[in-house]
Amino acid sequence: MRRMNPAGLHRYPSPVVSAHGLTKRFAGRIAVDGIDFDIPPGCCFGFVGPNGAGKTTTLRMTMGQTPVSSGSLSVFGLSVTDEAAAIRARTGIVPQADNLDPDFSVEENLQIYAAFFGLTRAEVAPRIDALLEFVSLADRRKAKTTTLSGGMQRRLTIARALVNNPELVVLDEPTTGLDPQARHAIWGRLNELKGRGKTLLLTTHYMEEAERLCDELVIMDHGRILAQGAPVELITRHVEREIIEVRGDAAELEQLAGTAGCRLERMGNSLYCYTQNAAALIEQLKGRHALKFVHRPTGLEDVFLRLTGRELRD
Amino acid sequence: MIDLRLPRLRPGALVVWRRNILVWRKLLVPALLMNFGEPTLYLLGLGFGLGHFVGEMAGMPYLAFLASGIIASNAMTTASFEGMYSVFTRMVPQKTYEAILATPLEVDDILAGELLWCGTKSLFSGMAILAVAGALGVVAGWQSLWVLPVVFMIGLCFAGPALIMTALASNYDFFNYYFVLVITPMFILCGVFYPTDTLPAGVQGAVNLLPLTHAVRLTRALVAGAPSEQPLVSIAVLLGYTLASYYIAVILIRRKLRT
Repeated sequence: MRRMNPAGLHRYPSPVVSAHGLTKRFAGRIAVDGIDFDIPPGCCFGFVGPNGAGKTTTLRMTMGQTPVSSGSLSVFGLSVTDEAAAIRARTGIVPQADNLDPDFSVEENLQIYAAFFGLTRAEVAPRIDALLEFVSLADRRKAKTTTLSGGMQRRLTIARALVNNPELVVLDEPTTGLDPQARHAIWGRLNELKGRGKTLLLTTHYMEEAERLCDELVIMDHGRILAQGAPVELITRHVEREIIEVRGDAAELEQLAGTAGCRLERMGNSLYCYTQNAAALIEQLKGRHALKFVHRPTGLEDVFLRLTGRELRD
Repeated sequence: MIDLRLPRLRPGALVVWRRNILVWRKLLVPALLMNFGEPTLYLLGLGFGLGHFVGEMAGMPYLAFLASGIIASNAMTTASFEGMYSVFTRMVPQKTYEAILATPLEVDDILAGELLWCGTKSLFSGMAILAVAGALGVVAGWQSLWVLPVVFMIGLCFAGPALIMTALASNYDFFNYYFVLVITPMFILCGVFYPTDTLPAGVQGAVNLLPLTHAVRLTRALVAGAPSEQPLVSIAVLLGYTLASYYIAVILIRRKLRT
């Protein structure tokens, strides 16, 4: 696992974010239930989990935006309860839904946001130019934010989160709702930020995104951490190497289930066969023409579904 | 968990205030139209139209009486609109506060900035009305400029309750209750259009507890040169309403934004 870059390690021998027994209770409901995690410097750390798993609440506690009910939580070695403002001064936050200021232009959004950090206009002017280049919005600097596409707004929100030159960047579902081009553009920028030694903390629903970006991640559900590790570690630890998804005639599927000889999951007219070696099962399937199948290596999504189940969550 | 600490006043409030003034500058033309247009219509329409029949009121031309009252009531409605519709817009649909709370600023800084901004908008409205009243020749003299800090104070006084309403509101329609039950009765009863001593004794007692009554006493003394009645009491009443309502508003909005 690529844990950290040496520069970051030198500045912070201790974790950037450290949580122990972190708990959040709302009236009659436990949103985060005693979780522990440490985020080393320079790491891209992911929280994945179904809706309502407690990911966003964890992020909000990390930034001192909602009080911690119990447990300990520190960022940069500072307590989130007492020094939240100092923590936020060194952090960039990309919220789940864009909240750019519709009354201002692209450039003004960055200027006024810098002012909220107590930075002067002269001080941030060169940084704003560089950030607009970084997110490919230099030619739209005078545009109203309401005229930007979803992907552009997201990129501007990321630029805004970097206006205070943060050491830690927190992103809540950075690519939800974007088209593939826009998502790939954002992934490119985030990888570049990692390359500069920034620590990234992100939540996502997309396993592909977690697999591409995260050095380490936790899978959360019902406020608890179900598994933690590097994406490859999690795959080897929790699921077989290969999966064959079989679809077709119910009676044939039933027969196949009896002879498959591997771990099976059933969902409607589909049968999911998890196995370390698919060759034998593929031989069987060649004789059953009423069944269609797809054979692929397992991934993070299979780990996710194994740990959190296939039921709908909304 | 309710955070009862006293509201903090820090320089961050001025950054929030500056954000608002930058937006206001972009919408300058409609803002000035609102500032000058509405009071001018009131003064011309009611002051001359109704004034023609009324003649004098409380020993002064009706236009002078009305102008000195409207300057107070307009400060009230300006701060109330800003503290409700505009603040709600920034808090809920526009999520401006969510964005600000991702910076080192806190809820207290945002609300202090909004409070100052409400006062500032009332000040702008007061300046416009004073200019119109001056042009119509019903301002007592240069000493009437002292009404401007008073108008700012009136703005702060009505910003507090408006922020409380915003904390309690789940949509814009909620504000109708406050306008119909609080703002409009004060507008009608607190001496803007006629002296409060013509009201029945029982009603007078109640009206004397309302902030607009005291606001009008102060502006009428300063703008129309009416004899001042216990100005320190009136200032104390306005300050008392400001401090109490702002404190409650901060507690409620902290709870709303930080859970």
